Amino acid sequence: MTTETIAADTPQGRDFYRALVIRRQLILAALVLALSLSLCVDLALGPARFGLGEVIAGLITPDAVSQQVRVILWEIRMPVALMALVVGASLSVAGAQMQTILSNPLASPFTLGISAGASFGAALALAFGVAIIPAAIEYVVPINAFAMAMVTAFLIHALSLRRGVTIETIVLLGIAMVFIFNSLMALIQFFASQQAVAAVVFWTLGSLTKATWPKLWIAAGVLAAVLPLLARHGWALTAMRLGDAKAESLGVKPRALRLEVLVLVSLLAAIAVAFVGTIGFIGLVGPHIARLLLGEDQRFFLPGAALCGALILSVGSVLSKVIIPGTIIPIGIITSLVGIPFFLFLVLSHKKASW
Amino acid sequence: MVTLRLDRLSARYGRQPILTEITTPSLEGGQVVALLGPNAAGKSTLFRRILGLLKGKGEVLIDGATAERPVAYMPQETGAKAVLTVYESVLLARMQGRALKVAAEDLARVDSALAELGIAALGERDIGDLSGGQRQLVSAAQALVQEPEILMLDEPTSALDLHRQIGLLTVLRRLARERQMLILVALHDLGHALRFTDQAMVLEGGRLIACGPTDQVVTPELLRRVYRVESRIEACSKGWPQLIVEEAI
Repeated sequence: MTTETIAADTPQGRDFYRALVIRRQLILAALVLALSLSLCVDLALGPARFGLGEVIAGLITPDAVSQQVRVILWEIRMPVALMALVVGASLSVAGAQMQTILSNPLASPFTLGISAGASFGAALALAFGVAIIPAAIEYVVPINAFAMAMVTAFLIHALSLRRGVTIETIVLLGIAMVFIFNSLMALIQFFASQQAVAAVVFWTLGSLTKATWPKLWIAAGVLAAVLPLLARHGWALTAMRLGDAKAESLGVKPRALRLEVLVLVSLLAAIAVAFVGTIGFIGLVGPHIARLLLGEDQRFFLPGAALCGALILSVGSVLSKVIIPGTIIPIGIITSLVGIPFFLFLVLSHKKASW
Repeated sequence: MVTLRLDRLSARYGRQPILTEITTPSLEGGQVVALLGPNAAGKSTLFRRILGLLKGKGEVLIDGATAERPVAYMPQETGAKAVLTVYESVLLARMQGRALKVAAEDLARVDSALAELGIAALGERDIGDLSGGQRQLVSAAQALVQEPEILMLDEPTSALDLHRQIGLLTVLRRLARERQMLILVALHDLGHALRFTDQAMVLEGGRLIACGPTDQVVTPELLRRVYRVESRIEACSKGWPQLIVEEAI
């Protein structure tokens, strides 16, 4: 308007923005690098330990290593290690977009009851052999878990369409879901045999060791299909964080977008939970780290959240093997033990630009 | 030059009518139109209805047709919770409905919008760290960066200090002339309306009760009727009309 207008004639804004974009691209590249390293370490660790050189050789030219190493690397460890990346990315992206569309830093597949619904579905199959949708025996548990996770998501969505339900209420509905499913789980455990209870408990702990190549392809396929659909709404989703009124003024249709994204991320979360069980806090911590590193422009936030989630779960997988040598601790325990203190730190530190 | 005409425009929330048959003459680009009226008169609803965010009877005719044309709207809510810099939040407003890739032209427009409003120096700041007034200017920049032919601003000066109120309204008046834009601005300060706007529309209870050149619309009689205050309008030493409010009735 006055003197500031004159000072602003120099293109400092553009220069600053371009530098910001380059910095974010570098951060994303660093995350990819860290992820690759973590993947190699994850592959190297196990009952038989390999050197990093051996792993890299086995990855690039499988014929160069012994058949034993090749089988362990590709058939046993690779699906588990890659599943960690896919599930970590899926849960983190799901959490990131739930936080975005519900404008709530606590929204995640875990807190909205989607994980609890999945656990209930799995428990029905494990304890009583109930198949919600008839399927091959190997897939009854994941399909039950998936079906209940989607039922939960649609229930929350259906309730959210009622008059007078605000986005704050949706999070409360999710918490109500968690409690309902926890009670139902307790009921199942009360009636089930001791052996079945042990199976249910192990399932709910979350474990990557259930991963196989076919399951990995399904989970990776869903992630690969959902990511571009979310990216397509990049600018609109970023605008959602300015609030519905502001987003609407910019031409976004908040209700329609919220429904579409809720369906997509429920699918992501349900698939992930169905195959590996309840792995908490990735959907909460992954997006928060991505937000701190990259801000909330979805062009960087979305890949950032995926990479952060994948990295956390991959590192978690490494930790689950090294804490007690010879024992693989269920990954759900690791992520909760590391995730909760980290989450408290995030909440209490009040760092600039956390939420 | 863009023209806007409202033809028996109505809107309701549930069964409650908020706007009733608003009809205006053709409002032409190149001028600033004040939207006046007491609280809850329907000013924000009228903006939302023109933008198409609310459905209802009647028509919004832009250049004589109902086809969509570039209309930008600055709501009262400034929405500043996101982890975004000022620069990003303005770029974001421009990029809605466009490809993910940002062109040099887009960046030039953001720089220009920030510069016009005197907030280029705020570009690197997080929007969460801004004062209410700064947020309001960022919000105005978000509307301006869309290069609209019709720009609607809902109480854009409510959080600004006096210097910036005058600055913003001066800029709006100049941009309307330079770009042949039609600017509709909801204002509570009738003194500002008298000095900075060409036309005025007055809403009361969802009905349009006056529309015409601002100095003919904003009169002591109107203020008595709509705002229930006794007032005088006198020319200051520079010849600008000044509103002097004597008492509430």
